[in-house]
Amino acid sequence: MTTLSDPPKEGFRLSMLLYDTRYRSGTIQVVALFCFMLLAAWLLNNTIQNLAALGKPIDFGFFSEPASYDINQRLLDYNSRDTHLRASFVGLLNTLVVAFLGCVTATVLGVVIGVLRLSPNWLVARLMTVYVEMFRNVPVLLWIVFIMAILIETLPSPRAFRGDDATASMMLGDSVAVTNRGVYIPEVLFSRSLGDLHLFGNSSLRFDVSLDLIAILIVLGAGLWVSRRIKHRADGIQEQTGTRPTTWYLRLGVVAVPLAILLIALGFHFGMPALKGFNFSGGTHLRNSLIALWLALSLYTAAFIAEIVRGGIMAISRGQTEAASALGLRPRRVMSLVILPQALRVIIPPLISNYLNLTKNSSLAIAVGYMDITGTLGGITMNQTGRELECVLLLMLVYLAISLTISAVMNWYNESVKLKER
Amino acid sequence: MSDIAYSRTEMLPEREPPASEIGVLGWIRHNLFSTWLNAILTILSLALIYYVLAGIIPWVLSPTWSGTSLADCRDILAEAGREGHFSGACWGVIHDRWLQLIFGFYPAELYWRPIAAFLLLGVALAPVLFADKMPAKLLWFSALYPFLFPWLLWGGPIWGPVMALLGFVIGYAVFAAVNNAMSTLLGLILGVLAAAIWWLFLAGAAAEMLSGILPIGLEPVESRKFGGFMLSITIGVVAIACSLPLGIVLALGRQSDLLIVKYLSVGFIEFVRGVPLITLLFVASLLLNIFMPPGTDFDIILRVLIMVTLFASAYMAEVIRGGLAALPKGQYEGADSLGLNYWQAQRLIIMPQALKISIPGIVSTFIGVFKDTTLVSIIGLMDPLGLSNNIRADSAWNGIVWELYGFIAAVFFILCFSMSRYSMYLERKLQTGHR
Repeated sequence: MTTLSDPPKEGFRLSMLLYDTRYRSGTIQVVALFCFMLLAAWLLNNTIQNLAALGKPIDFGFFSEPASYDINQRLLDYNSRDTHLRASFVGLLNTLVVAFLGCVTATVLGVVIGVLRLSPNWLVARLMTVYVEMFRNVPVLLWIVFIMAILIETLPSPRAFRGDDATASMMLGDSVAVTNRGVYIPEVLFSRSLGDLHLFGNSSLRFDVSLDLIAILIVLGAGLWVSRRIKHRADGIQEQTGTRPTTWYLRLGVVAVPLAILLIALGFHFGMPALKGFNFSGGTHLRNSLIALWLALSLYTAAFIAEIVRGGIMAISRGQTEAASALGLRPRRVMSLVILPQALRVIIPPLISNYLNLTKNSSLAIAVGYMDITGTLGGITMNQTGRELECVLLLMLVYLAISLTISAVMNWYNESVKLKER
Repeated sequence: MSDIAYSRTEMLPEREPPASEIGVLGWIRHNLFSTWLNAILTILSLALIYYVLAGIIPWVLSPTWSGTSLADCRDILAEAGREGHFSGACWGVIHDRWLQLIFGFYPAELYWRPIAAFLLLGVALAPVLFADKMPAKLLWFSALYPFLFPWLLWGGPIWGPVMALLGFVIGYAVFAAVNNAMSTLLGLILGVLAAAIWWLFLAGAAAEMLSGILPIGLEPVESRKFGGFMLSITIGVVAIACSLPLGIVLALGRQSDLLIVKYLSVGFIEFVRGVPLITLLFVASLLLNIFMPPGTDFDIILRVLIMVTLFASAYMAEVIRGGLAALPKGQYEGADSLGLNYWQAQRLIIMPQALKISIPGIVSTFIGVFKDTTLVSIIGLMDPLGLSNNIRADSAWNGIVWELYGFIAAVFFILCFSMSRYSMYLERKLQTGHR
């Protein structure tokens, strides 16, 4: 008589690596890792061999050598005797400037256009559709070079402003000059300036921060804080007594009066651009390259943001509007209290990626000669030193860092407006 | 009780709605002048439209088609009594250079080859794009087309593409044999390995030997002669075609339970999406040869194609991941309960639905890739924008802005807009939800 027993314990066989689902995933991973490491080793080995053959070992020493080229649009002081590192730093700031300006303009334009596309006015809605399709379906690089060419070819030259028979004139009470060399706007000057705060001494990353600006920001911030306290107090009084004290003049006063006093104390005035010799001098000079890049990126990205805004608003069901109206809210309050907070949840994630795209697209500056980080580190510095590997690698890392920072900040914001589910 | 006076007993005859509510008048009242604000907006828009059209239409209708230079165009316009900067377009530049804008510096006697390649591209795409209207047999041609396309454009002996095709056949044969005898996974690995060995070590020699014996081929054309819209479309089509499968693989990798595979995919996708395309093109033009074995010097267009494909596939992966994430979990569980394995489940249940959900995203990625092909002008390739710089530097056409950029923009607009319309058609066709 035989007794039933458990099936014999199976030992590990090699074929189980392929057939047994318990081990197969391990096999795949090991093979994948192996292939990846093989590929990486192959690439590294090739690189080392090629660089050795070229006689160019990886070396970042060129960063401390003088750049000996000029950057005409810049925020910080820079001259051609400064190092390549400083040139790259100035370029990085230029990238950030154009990205920031572009994001702000694109958001404003995009929200307006997106809302107008939903307008009950048929004509306005169609016009906005034409705008969106026109900008979305043509390459951004084409817009950039197109706007640059228009600025150069069609605007008057500084010469046209001169003499009695001038064919062009300055705008806004002789304060803004639009020429084919760029736009000259008044600059902010202080006759009793507090001076600059020098950060990082004399190194390549030296950074001058105007103390005037810091003072203004502090006073403005304090004013806004006091104004908020006043609002809270008014809210409290309203809740207790039912009548709201009139506070608008108080709130305006605490912001405006100290700021005005500070500006007078600092001797605030505008430096006007004026025609001297062959060109304008004084004022702030915005170069064509900056304006073309800024305009093109804003107009292009605005078309995408408009679609996102439209989609976001349309995603909120009509019942929300009707319910809010039934509660007696006015249309503006319905928009700001009910629709927008909900639409923002739909809008923000794609908005983040559009900000990222705009920032990355600002690298096209190289096509119009705006000296952003691609123009300095990835352009002239790379051509002068012949250090392609180092420059391109650093360029990628810089953009990667910018992208990750933007998405981290915006994701944090997204988290804070997200639907709180329990 | 029937004599209550205040209750009407018979229906009133139907009457027409008031004239202000129907027809053109009613439409205008409702859509254009419903409130004061709307009325103001309408009038402003009408003024804007009038202003723009009044500027553009006379400018476009300009008898300068035969102009030979900008000065000549100005003369023609002056003779017609039109003076001033914006008196009329100078279409002579398009007449003079349109062949160049389309074909770049491709030899004129060989224009039939790119034309044939793009016509056949239509034939190859038709069974894919309009699957319900075309015979399925045409798909065989679509499968062969990727080998025909480079041969037509670049020329050279026919044996190169044939040997490349043979690599796929060998790989599949090995896979099928091992799959029957042993396991799918092993078959996959060995098949890929066999094909790779064939391409890397044997195909070149075989092609050389065969072209020695049977020299069939087309006259070769160098890459630097490629240009214009032909180059844009070539890069766009190849990047689009290759990035879709790569993107699917990356998206699956990112969703995978296998940690190493997952992090490799995530790392690749996040890296590529974090850097601008222009830096990847710098890599293509300056660094790719450094990464290859010493002595390799492969074609600049091929290098650009590789980088643009990698770039597009990272974006594609994210779009498809969105589609995968939107699928209800029940679909995966349903596939498991039917006893399908991973690949069967993906092929029969998951992918068709995920791809359908992500059509809008996929097409906008396609459009983005196609638009981004203009960036190759920065690394010195002669795409339409690169050519436009050339033309504007020519003394005859120095100062041309609107005509040239307008023409290029119009062509891009037509191509991209028709792609987006096609995606809407596809969405409607595949719509299975209840609305």
